[in-house]
Amino acid sequence: MADTATNDPVYKTDALIAEDIDTYLSTHQHKTMLRFITCGSVDDGKSTLIGRLLYDSKMIFEDQLAALENDSKRVGTQGQEIDFALLVDGLAAEREQGITIDVAYRFFNTEKRKFIVADCPGHEQYTRNMITGASTADLAVILVDARKGVLVQTRRHSYLCNLIGIKNIVLAVNKMDLVDYSEEVFDKIVADYSEFAKSIGIESFTAMPISGFKGDNITKAPSANTPWYKGPSLVDHLETVEVRSAEDQDKPFRMPVQWVNRPNLDFRGFSGLIATGGVKPGDAVRVLPSGKTSTVKSVVTFDGELDEAVAGQSVTLTLDDEIDCSRGNVLSVADNPPEVSDQFEASIVWLADEDLIVGRNYWLKLGTQTVSAAVQEPKYKVDVNTMEHLAAKTLSLNEIGVAELFTDKSIVFEAYQQNRALGGFILIDKITNQTVAAGMLNFSLRRAQNVHWQPTDITRADHAAMKNQKPRVLWFTGLSGSGKSTIANEVEKRLALMNRHTFLLDGDNVRHGLNKDLGFTEADRIENIRRVGEVAKLMTDAGLIVLTAFISPFRAERQMVRDMLAEDEFIEIFVDTPLEVAEERDVKGLYKKARSGQLKNFTGIDSPYEAPESPEIRVNTVEMTPEEAAEHIVRAILPLK
Amino acid sequence: MSEHVNLTHLQRLEAEAIHIMREVVAEAEKPVMLYSVGKDSAVMLHLARKAFYPSPPPFPLLHVDTTWKFQAMYELRNEMAERSGMELLVYQNPEAKERGINPFDHGALHTDMWKTEGLKQALDLYGFDAAFGGARRDEEKSRAKERVFSFRTASHGWDPKNQRPELWNLYNARKKKGESIRVFPISNWTELDVWQYIHLEDIPIVPLYFSEKRPTVERDGMLLMVDDERFPLAEGEEPVMRSIRFRTLGCYPLTGAVESEAATLPEVIQETLLTTTSERQGRAIDKDEGGAGMEKKKQEGYF
Ligand SMILES: Nc1nc2c(ncn2[C@@H]2O[C@H](COP(=O)(O)OP(=O)(O)OP(=O)(O)O)[C@@H](O)[C@H]2O)c(=O)[nH]1
Ligand SMILES: [Mg+2]
Repeated sequence: MADTATNDPVYKTDALIAEDIDTYLSTHQHKTMLRFITCGSVDDGKSTLIGRLLYDSKMIFEDQLAALENDSKRVGTQGQEIDFALLVDGLAAEREQGITIDVAYRFFNTEKRKFIVADCPGHEQYTRNMITGASTADLAVILVDARKGVLVQTRRHSYLCNLIGIKNIVLAVNKMDLVDYSEEVFDKIVADYSEFAKSIGIESFTAMPISGFKGDNITKAPSANTPWYKGPSLVDHLETVEVRSAEDQDKPFRMPVQWVNRPNLDFRGFSGLIATGGVKPGDAVRVLPSGKTSTVKSVVTFDGELDEAVAGQSVTLTLDDEIDCSRGNVLSVADNPPEVSDQFEASIVWLADEDLIVGRNYWLKLGTQTVSAAVQEPKYKVDVNTMEHLAAKTLSLNEIGVAELFTDKSIVFEAYQQNRALGGFILIDKITNQTVAAGMLNFSLRRAQNVHWQPTDITRADHAAMKNQKPRVLWFTGLSGSGKSTIANEVEKRLALMNRHTFLLDGDNVRHGLNKDLGFTEADRIENIRRVGEVAKLMTDAGLIVLTAFISPFRAERQMVRDMLAEDEFIEIFVDTPLEVAEERDVKGLYKKARSGQLKNFTGIDSPYEAPESPEIRVNTVEMTPEEAAEHIVRAILPLK
Repeated sequence: MSEHVNLTHLQRLEAEAIHIMREVVAEAEKPVMLYSVGKDSAVMLHLARKAFYPSPPPFPLLHVDTTWKFQAMYELRNEMAERSGMELLVYQNPEAKERGINPFDHGALHTDMWKTEGLKQALDLYGFDAAFGGARRDEEKSRAKERVFSFRTASHGWDPKNQRPELWNLYNARKKKGESIRVFPISNWTELDVWQYIHLEDIPIVPLYFSEKRPTVERDGMLLMVDDERFPLAEGEEPVMRSIRFRTLGCYPLTGAVESEAATLPEVIQETLLTTTSERQGRAIDKDEGGAGMEKKKQEGYF
């Protein structure tokens, strides 16, 4: 701790605070903000460095310091000396293990700036937390242990920082105290890193030799131990680097609409955070995706109307016309609008324990838009160590890949490189509600805005009226051998007797034609159901009552079909037969084959069946005959129009 | 545009908080704002009014009352609810009331029953699925780790080792029935930011934050204010008039006062900046469980 006194910080202007608080406050009020992260490999000293920054900036209070000294002796990693990491590693599990698990956000001020620093975990296992921290950062301090040099995690984090668009990179070669403050060691690491950085597209970075533990080159440079170092101290650098927000103001105006503000009939405002550019009353604007134009009437805030608002401000805009605009739409400058599309190439970082399921629908949230999206088989994934592109069938936890992505509705977007707010997205699992991926749109595969629906004169309603019925899909789901086809067939017979127009799509007949190119892998089964859903949907457009008999084992895909149809047109019928009973029936001898291993991915045996949680209709085939079940179903769906 | 507008850190923090509040209103089914009448609550209420102006904030205020707040807090609470045009819900845990749970006799149980249990009961009773809170990351070491959208199980538990990733300003508000989200729009503000914002925006706060001569007694090194006759004096204990104020306002016997002459906001800020102890130091809650007090409380459903 010998250096602490000599590093007496310049951050906190105690004298000014004591003498002239008003002047101090007005200076403080006008400070800009820099958000940065510390990242790099396990134990390279990230948390220690932040603890040091807080300590040197006197952000640590006496009671906290006393607790720190105590904790350092009890669970610290530095014997009797202060373990600065304990200031930051705030979770019980972290303190016990001496590692960082989740990001910690800490704050400090200098005379010039206010800083928000996110201390990221080094362990690969917690990459999703590191990304969380990186996504809002203007700058990244990448630490390297001087004794170990550039490691896999140093590369992974550098790659992610660059992918997520952090322009300012600091390479902090830490623990210089353990290599005798050797210039050669430093130069060697900087040379290694330079080569790697160039290969992944990092154009420039600032390197500095430091010791977070002893305090060298943190607030003052060069420290007595590194007279050979000619660059700035870490704090000097943080105080003076250019921040991104100015750049955003130079881009064309875009504001995703968050909320329509409608206190009474005379006021209709569109609230949002301006993503890029600026806006003034009188500006011509366009609403996307509809493309309608209007003029800005006023920029409304609680503090009065503004003459101008810019990127980074939350405002409410009123327009001259009563045009249609709601949450999920984007307001943009009229003559330079963003694109609209439903097919993209995207870079994706997978954040969930369960692998990506190709073809499955996830929620995609981008700006204020939420749509269904399916990721296609990845073009490749990236080996972060060698930067090689590897073939991939899916993406697993912490893997980074590039894939095509299709959304069910067109969305307003820009390439992430140009606009973070309209290019960055998350994927959410529809069943668990977990955030499973972070992604960045690279470009659109085609311009969806040019695709127009073929207008037809005979409408859906006409088709249904001619058939004197309400179109619906009766979706039978259940194990193989549960009785889906038999019961569906019985139901169709009854409906025919009632003069209804129906059609039965059955697992076997569809697989021989429409879907004969599909096998039984998870991805193929999803595609199978998607196609059946689309066909069933077309048939309801034609006014038919459609019956489908597919195992359809996954909740997510049944939900996908439900989402394709109008609210009350999807009727899920759970043919509830216990596995033992279905297996004993074994009409086609399939269970036997599956048990003996001849048949792979068989539902109920080595592939799961996710029973419906609240089906519209449930029939128990142990208690009911197929005829009774059919009766029950027909009665439940009356009236038919 | 050639001229850049330089947004100050407070402007950026304000815009961020407003954005968060609007996201919740757009995506949650039934949001509520927890209102404890402290300075952070004052800032939250002010931000909510800004976020939805000219509409009143489209959610009610919920005060989980312990019946042991300072009198001045009850007064300001009622006044502010009226001014904002928002509905004010006050909830008091009936069991705690019946058992006469109080901070003098029951210590930790008081916080547990009135606040933690009371909050859970109130959220369940009204079926709120998102609750705004004014907690900040600079307050305490486990708070520093918490997401802006902090997901809670149906039994209100927080799982610190399994938080959802939270990227950019995209918040995942999806949850199953019964689960809920605690949302912290001023996560990134510091104590100084809050004070300065109150100063710049002229936000009304409880007078107890400013120094005045008040009756006090000293116990276990803590200065306690004798707010009214509910304060049981020990044998031979005599209230002494001292110039005191509060840095943080909890339940009155649990929150210690500091001796101070700071009677204006700039003076309060000055004192805050020159002080050598942390804001929560006067609060008993952080000291339990060997340094993991807050984390443990939150796992049990505390805010
Ligand atoms: N000698 C010396 N030791 C250091 C220095 N910086 C950190 N350490 C020690 O290195 C060990 C790991 O430090 P941490 O700060 O916990 O490392 P980290 O990078 O935050 O680790 P994770 O977050 O778990 O990846 C601790 O024992 C620190 O005291 C340094 O500059 N010099
Ligand atoms: Mg760490």
